[in-house]
Formats: sequence, C-alpha cells, structure tokens
Amino acid sequence: MRVLVVEDDPVLLDGLRVGLGLAGATCDVVSSCGDAEAALATSAFDAVVLDRMLPDGCGLDVLKRLRAGGDRTPILLLTALDDIIDRIDGLDAGADDYLGKPFDLDELAARIRAIARRGAGRASAILAWRDVTLDPAARTAARGGAPLALSRREFAVLSTLMERRGAIASRAEIEDRLYGWQEEVESNAVEVHVHHLRAKLGREAIETVRGLGYRMGGPA
Amino acid sequence: MSSLRVRLFATLIGATGALWLIAAAWIYVGARQEVEHVLDTRLQEAARMVASLVASGDMPAKPDAGAPATLPAPGGYERQLSCQIWSLDDRLVARSSGAPDQKLSDRGAGFSERVVNGELWRVYAVEDEAKGIRVLVGDRLGLREKLVADLIKGLLWPAALILPLLGLIIWASVGRGLKPLNRIAHELARRDAEDMSPVDAGAAPSEIRPLTVALNGLFDKVERARRHERDVTAFAAHELRTPLAGLKTQAQIAVAAKEPAIRDRALKQILSAVDRTGRLVSQLLALARLDAEAIRAAPETITLSAAIQDALELSRPAGSARVEVTSDARAATICAPREHLLLMLRNLLENALEHTPPQGVVACRVGSGGTVLDVVDEGPGAPEEELDRLTQRFFRGSAKVATGEGAGLGLAIAAAAADQCGARLVFQNRTDRAGLIARIAFDAGRSAVAARRPEAAA
Repeated sequence: MRVLVVEDDPVLLDGLRVGLGLAGATCDVVSSCGDAEAALATSAFDAVVLDRMLPDGCGLDVLKRLRAGGDRTPILLLTALDDIIDRIDGLDAGADDYLGKPFDLDELAARIRAIARRGAGRASAILAWRDVTLDPAARTAARGGAPLALSRREFAVLSTLMERRGAIASRAEIEDRLYGWQEEVESNAVEVHVHHLRAKLGREAIETVRGLGYRMGGPA
Repeated sequence: MSSLRVRLFATLIGATGALWLIAAAWIYVGARQEVEHVLDTRLQEAARMVASLVASGDMPAKPDAGAPATLPAPGGYERQLSCQIWSLDDRLVARSSGAPDQKLSDRGAGFSERVVNGELWRVYAVEDEAKGIRVLVGDRLGLREKLVADLIKGLLWPAALILPLLGLIIWASVGRGLKPLNRIAHELARRDAEDMSPVDAGAAPSEIRPLTVALNGLFDKVERARRHERDVTAFAAHELRTPLAGLKTQAQIAVAAKEPAIRDRALKQILSAVDRTGRLVSQLLALARLDAEAIRAAPETITLSAAIQDALELSRPAGSARVEVTSDARAATICAPREHLLLMLRNLLENALEHTPPQGVVACRVGSGGTVLDVVDEGPGAPEEELDRLTQRFFRGSAKVATGEGAGLGLAIAAAAADQCGARLVFQNRTDRAGLIARIAFDAGRSAVAARRPEAAA
C-alpha cells in the first residue's frame, strides 16, 4: 500500500513515515500544498494523509482542487482543527475520513487501510484467493488455515496482486507499491519476489502476462 | 442627573420659569416708571387746575383767618389725591376732604416727598405770588406700589396656573422625543453577548445616528478583535497539537519497534520534539504576558552593547554567523523597559542569525539621529508582499516553509515587545545585497537611542 503523507511538522512527518512503514505501508512524505499536488499529479497512491494547515495554504483547498479534477484517491484529513464544524467541512469538501491530532498511530493505520480498501472497491478487510487469505491489518497470511511465512516485500507484492482480483498489475505498479521515492529499486526485485511467492504458493498461483505484468492465477 | 428626560424637563421648566420671572421683573420696572409718570402728571395737572381755579376768583384771594374751607374731593379717585391750599404766610386756606391737616410740603414749587401721619406722600406744589397762595396736591406712594403690585400679581397668577400644565406637556413631549433612544436601548438590552450585528441606524433620527454609528463601529471592532483572538487560539491549538501528535506517534513507534535502530531514532525525535514544543510554549507565554501587560514597565537606561550581549546569551545557540555592532551603536544607550528590550532584541537576533548563512554577519547599527536601531542580516530577505505580514502571529514566510522550523511567533513577539518599549518595528529588504533589515523606530519622547561617542560621554 502506497501512502502520501502531507504534513509540515518535521517530527510528526518522520513519525508518520516510520510508523506507517511499520504498519506495512510505503510512505512518500511532502510538507507543502505545492509538493502534494505535484506528487499526486505524477504518482498513484492508495491513500493520502493530508494536514489542513500547511505553510503555503490550506489542505482543504488541495482536497477541493483534487476532487474538482476528478481525482478519486482516498484522502484522510489529519488536523488539529477537529471541532465538529471542521470535521463536517472537511468531509463535505471530499475527504473520506477525518482524524484530529493528537491521534493513535494504530488507529490512523487502520483508517488508512479502511479508506484504501473502500477506494479499491472492497469491503472485506481480509484478502482471499482460493485457499490463501491475507490480513493486511495483522500483516499475516495463511494457506488452508496454516500460517504462511512471507517477507515484508513478498507480502506487499502478494497483497497488490490479490487486491486486483485477476486484473493485471504491471511491474512498474508493483515497484511503486514496494518502494518510496527515496528507496533504491533493485532491477529484478519484483521477479525475485514473484519467484519466492510461487515457491510458497505453487507455480500456477501467479501468472506472468508477457509484456504486461502479473496477475493471480485463474480460479482452480 | 442621569435621566435625560428629567434633565430636559428640568431645563425646559427652569428656563420657562426664569423667562417668566425676568419678563415680570421687566414689566414691574417698566410699569412702575410708567405709573409714576402718569400719576406725577396727574398731580401736576390737578395742582395747576386748583391754582387756576383760585386765580380765576372763585376762591377768596386773601383767605380769612377762620377755619379753612374744604374743597370738594376730585370725583372717582376718592382718597387717592389730596389737596391743600396754603397762604404764603403758612395758613391753611382750604383742603380737600380726607386730606391730612398737616402741611404736605414745605418746599416751594415742584415735586417733593414727605412722611405725613406715617405715610409717604408725593406732593406737587404751585405758588401764586399774586394771590399769595400755595396749592399742594399729593398722593400716597403706598397706593402707587399697590397699583404696580396688582399688575404684577395679575401677570403671575395665570403663569403659576399654566406652569404645571406646561410641565405635563413638556414631560410628555420629551418622552415622545426620546422614544427612538429607548427603542435602541431595548434592542441592545435584549441582545446576548454573542450578538455583534449592527444596530439598525436607518430608523434612528439624525441626532441619534452618531451614537448608532459609533456603536456599530465598536461592535465591528470587538467582533474583529474576537475573531482575531479565535484565530490565534485556533492557531495555538494547531501549533501545540501538532508537536503533541508528533510526540505520541514517535512514542508509539518507540514502543512498537523491534529494531533497536528504529527505537533509538524515535527516541531522538521525541527529544527534539520536546525541545521544540517547550520553545513554542515559552513563546506563547511570552506573547500572552506581553498582551496582558497593561501598564508599561519602568524604563531604564541600558547601553546597546550590553543589551545585545545579554540578548545573545539568552538566545538559542545559532550557527557560525556572528553579530557585529558598529562602534557608534556600541556606545549608544537605550531608555526602555529592560525585559521587553531584551525580548525584542533576542527574537530579532535569533531570526537574523537563523537566516544568515554560516560565516555571515548580522549587523546592529544606529541611524536617523539616534532614534532608529537596525538589525541587518545576510539572509535571503523576504518577498516584498510578505514584509508587512512578518510580525503576524503564526505567519511563516515562504522561506520558512522549506525548513519547517519555527512556529512563526518570534517576530510577532519582537513586535509586541517593541510596542511595550514605545517603539515600532518594520521590515525592509536590503538594497545593497540580499538580506533583511529589522528597523526599530523609537518614539523619541518615551525611549531613545542616544548615540554618544565614548569620548563625548566622558
């Protein structure tokens, strides 16, 4: 799951990056309205955490412009302004969720998972493919009820593919989900992770669509 | 008198009564003169008439030594006029009925006054040398006074009766006239404390309009002050909650992290967040203190170099930029409340040092005949349109955006402290190179930078 965090306080920004990273998200962080709009224009995110009061403007205006431009990225407003009227304003401006500062990191992570899930058109928190289940909140995987040991990257690749339910995910898309801007992308990392996953789930679990990308294998 | 109605009523009734009294006094004086003139003329004419009667021979020219004759009293004015005819050798020849026996006057011809039988008489005498008689005609002055008094009484009685009636009319009219004021008062009394909407000035008469306009102006000012206060409170809440959120997040990371490196990093972040939050809290406290300081602290005379030294000791450690004080500024003295002066200098110097690149120089110099102190840095300066907003609370210039440091309170504190020092703080960009000039213009009357050279002072 790739998340954009827009926050101007450096300590909080760092905390969000590390904290959401621990919760299994890949975070990109910016600290102004301008940078946020630039990031959203160039990359796809599963969710955005947006501060309201930013040094160069109001987060709410960014939100309104995005929605006016037809952007459907799930957005959670994270702000110190959490009077009822502020929440109503925020939600009516197009936010998917609203959380007042200070907040609980685990709750924030859960809310981000929830809006990302809804944004992807799913209701269940558990991803399922044949007898494989994935719990993004607990970061656990199981096959036929037996726990499945997956690395962080393997988990990310598998959840990306399972979220798409048979649709193709390109290598670039998977890389996007695995790595933030600052991280060095290893050239054949995706192939390696897919190879490991096939070893654990069976060869037919992940199909390679030549020239396009990968998808979960058809129903057994 | 606090009631406008009572005041107006008293004024109007008082003025009417006083006018009436003045008119009565005037009439009294005028009527008295007129009455005196008319009655004197009557005396004169009566005396001449009697004298000519005597001269025409109806009366004995040389009266006998017997009892004096009694002249008939002039009709209609019984007992108002009395007439005596005396021979020139002081014998009473004749007198009108009711006239006293005593001689009315010793004078020769003309008017005279005399007390006869306890009453003051005014007498006119005519002498006829040929007949050897003197005719005296007199009336009592008391009667004259009574005449005038009756006239004034006739004037004052209706006034005394009309005055209460007039009072009622005035009372009612004043009440009617003050109705718009009462309406506004009721409207204001009905309001709750939150209602700052303007009073309807359109319906008010033109005399009350200045009041309603002033009231509306006041409401507007109070509303703006409250909005500003709300904004500042909201900003303060934001500025405090954000670091708290950062602290909590980092603390949760430290608790949850399994890798020691991540935990250590989170703990370091917590330490730096605590420092920053502590600084923010002390800035907010400094601002609150400056806002609450109604009475200006006592000014003292401080040398600029000592003030800058003290301010720098209080400041956060800065980079390798240094502060230079020009020699005339070093010897200058400032007369200002010490604590506020240090607070202002400290915040200005911190800001200047923060923006000046390493090895750069922040200069303090005195100008404009010693009433202006400039703190000049070598930073990037500020966009012209931001110069006026630099002292706004929580305003972070676009230069600050990149660093994410600071809450935008330092220069607001400096401006508030300058205000307490009787000085004004303005910013301008350097023209010789990139950099910002913080100019403190002291009010020459209250505080002053006296630029004295050491040798001149010695």
